[in-house]
Amino acid sequence: MFTRSCLALAISLASSSALQAAETPTLEEMWALVQKQQEEIESLKKQLGETDTLLVETKVQLAETDHKVEVAAEVIEQGGVALSLPGTAQWAEKTQLGGYGEHHFNHFTDGDDKIDAHRYVLFIGHQFSDDLRFFSEFELEHGLSGDGKPGEVELEQAYIEWDYTQNHSLLFGQFLVPVGIINETHEPDTFYGTERNQVEKNIIPATWWETGVMMRGELSPGLSYNLALHSGLAADDGGKIRGGRQKSAKATAEDLAYTARLKYTGIAGLELGATVQYQSDITQGAGVTDTDALLLEAHAAYQRGPFGVRALWADWDIEGDTFALNGRDQQSGWYVEPAYKVSEKLGLFIRYSEFNNAAGIDSADSKVWDYGLNYWLNKRVVLKADYSNNIDKDGPDNDSLNLGLGWSF
Amino acid sequence: MKFIFVLVISVLSAQVSAQKGIFLAPEKFSAQVFEEPGKVLQTLWLNRAMRDQAESILGHSFRGMRQRYWGQGAKTAWIFEEIGKELPITIGVVIENNRIVKVSILEYRESRGGEVRYPFFTRQFENIGLIKTPGKYSLDGTIDGVTGATLSVRAVKNVATLALLFHHNTPFTNFNSSASRPAP
Repeated sequence: MFTRSCLALAISLASSSALQAAETPTLEEMWALVQKQQEEIESLKKQLGETDTLLVETKVQLAETDHKVEVAAEVIEQGGVALSLPGTAQWAEKTQLGGYGEHHFNHFTDGDDKIDAHRYVLFIGHQFSDDLRFFSEFELEHGLSGDGKPGEVELEQAYIEWDYTQNHSLLFGQFLVPVGIINETHEPDTFYGTERNQVEKNIIPATWWETGVMMRGELSPGLSYNLALHSGLAADDGGKIRGGRQKSAKATAEDLAYTARLKYTGIAGLELGATVQYQSDITQGAGVTDTDALLLEAHAAYQRGPFGVRALWADWDIEGDTFALNGRDQQSGWYVEPAYKVSEKLGLFIRYSEFNNAAGIDSADSKVWDYGLNYWLNKRVVLKADYSNNIDKDGPDNDSLNLGLGWSF
Repeated sequence: MKFIFVLVISVLSAQVSAQKGIFLAPEKFSAQVFEEPGKVLQTLWLNRAMRDQAESILGHSFRGMRQRYWGQGAKTAWIFEEIGKELPITIGVVIENNRIVKVSILEYRESRGGEVRYPFFTRQFENIGLIKTPGKYSLDGTIDGVTGATLSVRAVKNVATLALLFHHNTPFTNFNSSASRPAP
């Protein structure tokens, strides 16, 4: 038994040694193995190098693609490659077009109802350079002009504005007189009421433009000024002030006018303004006696959240016997207009006005209550409905229900 | 009277400041907001929906395919040009945690309405966010206007609204969600 066991052990050990001897590589085999592994390492290195190169190339291509996308986007954003002549494109880029207009319907309690294409206005402006520009406003009033027709074609503004230094602006040409609230800003979507208020219409008299030179700028944050030397009114000897507008249409310029305004807008929503104008002969030499005229105007406008209020006072003091004779030596008026915006689209207002174009002798002022609403279909498009109640006024009752459509762009 | 007129003009000539001018260069604006603005310059590419929303806010077409801005953390800064009445106003808007930190008028070119560049007006935008009401985006606070500068005021309000909308379309809108008030 012991002999058989020893024999089995001997056989087992011999087999194991033989097996180990058979699995151990020879030196040649080891060398071949190293060579093969070296080849694989070289291959991997080569692949890695190619990958690095590919990565660099990809990065370059990506940068090039980014650049191409940027260039393409810029070209597209600029409206594509210009098909028109360069001069035309440049002119178009520097020229601005805009306008406003309003249609009115007036239902009078004592008179024929009227539908009127009251105003159709086009703005054209052009920027010659950073410091030199042109602005104009061309208007058709009441739809149809010509002999016997109700309307007029009017050049309302046409001026050159020159910033002759960093701190100064000068206007040359025909411009709106800096006075009141609506004389300069009167796009229909910016004020309440189908018709413009009667105080600024009859006393100031808006819309009022003259030709001359005007300087404007700011004295301190929110405090601005205008100083102007320009053509003047030519009121009939003893006439209403509104009738004196010559509209720069072959206007008699025997006597010029001087206008100065200070305006404060240094608090959000607030405007305070005051204007003084002097003209040494408001008849342009047609009067028998001296007829120097002085206009004083002051106004305030404030908008706080949904609440707003406007108030204005204006007064003409005119020398001359003929003006004094019929009370035209004093022409004055005022109004106050609170308003409330129910929503962004709907606003309500009420306005009380008093004015008198013969205040020198006539104590009975015209008194008007206006109340109604504006409904903005868009920030620049408005529908209006209001009622105008004229009280204590001589002559026929001019009460009216007014509907309006206005726009600006 | 003529003498007084000429005298007043002469006195004022030395003191006035025009409403038009460059008040802050874009590079200075970005440097006020970020330490290294060159490293945080981003691009927002606009898809059709974003373009439609932008045009709805502005009330006119939006020509850009993308909008450059600066963005880092929860803060973004934007510069837009928007026409008031006739000429473009360059407006900068800084937004952090989805609310406006600052509005700056970088350049004003029109002759009227330049009051919008003053702090009494631009301060009103601080901490204003964006709300969406049916069919439109708008600011969630009231901005009082400047009389006689209606169109300039409208341009600045539109740009502030647009900047907030674009901010909400950047990765920086959700940087710190606990402090943000995203638009509904």
